[in-house]
Amino acid sequence: MPDFILRRLFQGLLVVLGVTATVFVVTRVFGDPVSLMLPLSATDAQRAAFAAQIGLDQPLPVQFWRFLTDIVTLDFGDSLWQRRPAIEVVFERLPNTALLVGAGLGLAVLVSIPLGAIAALRPGGLVDRLVVSLGLLGLAMPQFWLGLMAIMVFAVQLKWLPTSGFGTAAHLVLPALTLAMTPIARFTMMVRAAMIDELNKPYVQTARAKGMSLPRILRVHTLRNILVPFLALSGWEAITALSGYTVVVETVFAWPGLGLTAVQAIQRGDLFLMQAIVFVIAALIVIIGIAIDVAAKSIDPRIELN
Amino acid sequence: MANASPQQGFWGDLRHDMPAAIGLCVILLIVLAAVFAPLLAPYDPAAQSLIKRLAPPVWMTRGSWDHVLGTDNLGRDVLSRVIWGARVTLLIGAATCLIAATLGTLVGLWAGYRGGRTDSVLMRLVDIQISFPGILLILLVVGVIGPGVGTLIGVLAITNWMVYARLVRGIVSSTRQTAHVEAAEIVGCRPSRVIFRHILPNLVSPLLTLLILEFTNIVLAEAAVSFLGFGVQPPQTSWGLDVASGRDYLFIAWWLVTFPGLAIVATVLSINLFAGWLRVTTDPEEREKRFARSLAARRRRAVRKGANT
Amino acid sequence: MSALLKIEDLAVVFDTRAGTVEALRGVSLSLGRGETLGIVGESGSGKSVTAQAVMGLIDVPGRIAGGSISWDGQALVQDGAQQHPSGIWGKEVTMVFQSPMTSLNPLMTIGAQLEEVIRKHLGLGRAAARDHAAEMLAAVGISGARRRLDQYPHEFSGGMRQRVMIAMAIACEPKLLIADEPTTALDVTIQAQILELLAGLQERLGLSIILITHDLGIVAGLCHRVAVMYAGQIVETGSVDDIFDRPAHPYTQGLIRSTPRLDEPEDRLTAIEGTPPGLLHPPEGCAFRTRCPIARDDCRAPQALRPFGAGFVACTQPGVDAWGDGK
Repeated sequence: MPDFILRRLFQGLLVVLGVTATVFVVTRVFGDPVSLMLPLSATDAQRAAFAAQIGLDQPLPVQFWRFLTDIVTLDFGDSLWQRRPAIEVVFERLPNTALLVGAGLGLAVLVSIPLGAIAALRPGGLVDRLVVSLGLLGLAMPQFWLGLMAIMVFAVQLKWLPTSGFGTAAHLVLPALTLAMTPIARFTMMVRAAMIDELNKPYVQTARAKGMSLPRILRVHTLRNILVPFLALSGWEAITALSGYTVVVETVFAWPGLGLTAVQAIQRGDLFLMQAIVFVIAALIVIIGIAIDVAAKSIDPRIELN
Repeated sequence: MANASPQQGFWGDLRHDMPAAIGLCVILLIVLAAVFAPLLAPYDPAAQSLIKRLAPPVWMTRGSWDHVLGTDNLGRDVLSRVIWGARVTLLIGAATCLIAATLGTLVGLWAGYRGGRTDSVLMRLVDIQISFPGILLILLVVGVIGPGVGTLIGVLAITNWMVYARLVRGIVSSTRQTAHVEAAEIVGCRPSRVIFRHILPNLVSPLLTLLILEFTNIVLAEAAVSFLGFGVQPPQTSWGLDVASGRDYLFIAWWLVTFPGLAIVATVLSINLFAGWLRVTTDPEEREKRFARSLAARRRRAVRKGANT
Repeated sequence: MSALLKIEDLAVVFDTRAGTVEALRGVSLSLGRGETLGIVGESGSGKSVTAQAVMGLIDVPGRIAGGSISWDGQALVQDGAQQHPSGIWGKEVTMVFQSPMTSLNPLMTIGAQLEEVIRKHLGLGRAAARDHAAEMLAAVGISGARRRLDQYPHEFSGGMRQRVMIAMAIACEPKLLIADEPTTALDVTIQAQILELLAGLQERLGLSIILITHDLGIVAGLCHRVAVMYAGQIVETGSVDDIFDRPAHPYTQGLIRSTPRLDEPEDRLTAIEGTPPGLLHPPEGCAFRTRCPIARDDCRAPQALRPFGAGFVACTQPGVDAWGDGK
């Protein structure tokens, strides 16, 4: 087991290295950090001083090495916008994003498994067709649009919930629901399809021949068997949520998390803050990936982690 | 029935599946709108008219037939903008998918055909890039290079080629082990001939299915990035962009956000409906299962009806 | 002997896109207490479907189209309608499937799968169920039973898994065990062990057994009575001795001719020419007539099972040596 985790950590290191190289090439080779980060009114002397300060006068390999070592020490530089270390800003906003993603994905898991299972009981039946239709609809709705529609209905018209912001539990409801929509749809469709497949397997015949009731077969027998692919998918959704859904949803609801901060950082030309966000999210993605694999192993004893 | 030609079977089948048939119709409608946008759109999508600002859709009390779906804060016709938006969306989607699929297919073919070290290096690259933080990285790149349709297509293509590479590589390495490809190699066919004559035909159907599904993902991604302000830039139109600019008027003009969003939903939904049907129809086993399911459902309904009367 | 299981005129169909496949076309059978019945036939002849119908396992795309099944006076299928009595399947009537590799849940321990059925039907508590499960594993010849309860199916060999399946099937003192090709997927040496186990259990527990197989050799060793199926119908039933010594139906004769026999080493084996008819549009009358060497015009009329000798045969010319070589 530790052997496996080491191997996965090494692979994660490659991911972070890949992200580093990409960011480096994009910012230093294609882009010009100086004109991006300094105001138009900056003098040539100021520009030169800033270039020297972040090492732009050095040859590219030296720059890359410095870039890399800075990252390893979590030194991403000061955020131009916030005027304090970028990593500090990231760690301050991270819990808010974690709360949003946790609530959204948790809700998605809780809703989608029973929904998918019920649909799978009678494929082609009324309930199934309803679930599939809702699933397809959920996959077709862009989250930024769904969020705005939700604000329009529940905040503006019905006045049940606040339009946006952060603070109370009521503030969490709409963002979490909006974020959950796509995962709910994807999870439900997956659970349904996998359940239908599993129900046709010989071991289900055995369970039925043993006199087990269908609800019990679903709950005890097939659920366990779809859990590994479900875990893989939810890991994937967690990654997409962290690096995609949150950007959109936090922007719509002015939720002070990493996604909103990323948009603001880019708008302000705050390259250092943006780099810090990208790396922290990349690291989180690696960690989630490892956690998912370990969890899968504990469910399915046949999985060899090599 | 048993003698029906495949063509008849195709259309006959489609008629039986209303959602898929409607989906196909909507797709065709959107494509037509995109192609003939200059002819179909009642107004220039960028034409502003300050006296006609924020006119509601026709069915509301202040609405008029002049602007069926109303106007925005600059007096631009919403319907015209939705029609022109189809053009940008489909263009970006198609271009991105084509580039990503070409790149992915080439890498997949190469990895699958060469095998060994090449394969493991390339596939490791795919693994790594799949774990990249998607939209965030796109934002960073666009923020540094500057937004625009070209940038958007390039960035979306570069972040989406991996799925194709994986699919193609999987199929290539499994078809390489089939008897007819082995035979072709033994008699000394050149690699290019083996790839084009023996392997590519096996790729067409799965690639097409993936392409359709990925297209919807690109449509959604383009809309999201444009909504955030890092994609299509004014004066060009895009559904995502229009939702973003309508956002400030959410409280007084619901139609600005609603209609472009509905256009996205309609596009993605109808493509998914049609693609789902197509996938089942091209797979005999799935087709048989679908038949059995619908029959069983019909029978249950009949039993229930019988029990009620 | 009072019949424990009674199948009358059972019809099962499968709905496919191409049309309705008639898998069972009027099958009637009865089974007494402690009796072992072998059902033989080629694949697709309806043997497994019969077993599934008895177990209430006919599911989409299949459905019961007619007939009745009753168990110990209780209806399982009545006039073509599936009934759902409780406490029969898994307790009184149990089944062992063909493929031990896939018939166990790969993600549940053997113990959990055994205890599940024990707790449901015998109402035992957790600890008692576990004791009972260990006893059952020991009863089917698995050593170190307690330890193996916590293992997963992939840690067992094929033969061992089939023993586990049997342990599950006998865990609640059933009256009837249906074994559907229980040894087909196993090595020959293991086959013999499993059959021996079944025979021993029957003697000890007074079980009735329905043994479904395409292997006449297995039938000869284990069964009291045999039903021969062809194209969804039973064409001949009788005692094992009668069937082997005096097969009356041309198809039965053909089957026996194509089975190697140790006691007559010099025999040449002869396969039956042709293939069974498709059941999408089954032929009127005797389904075997297309392959039968002595088919006549009157074979086109439907053939019911009629008494012949000590058994029953559905044939216009029962007992005639159809293949003309006296074997």
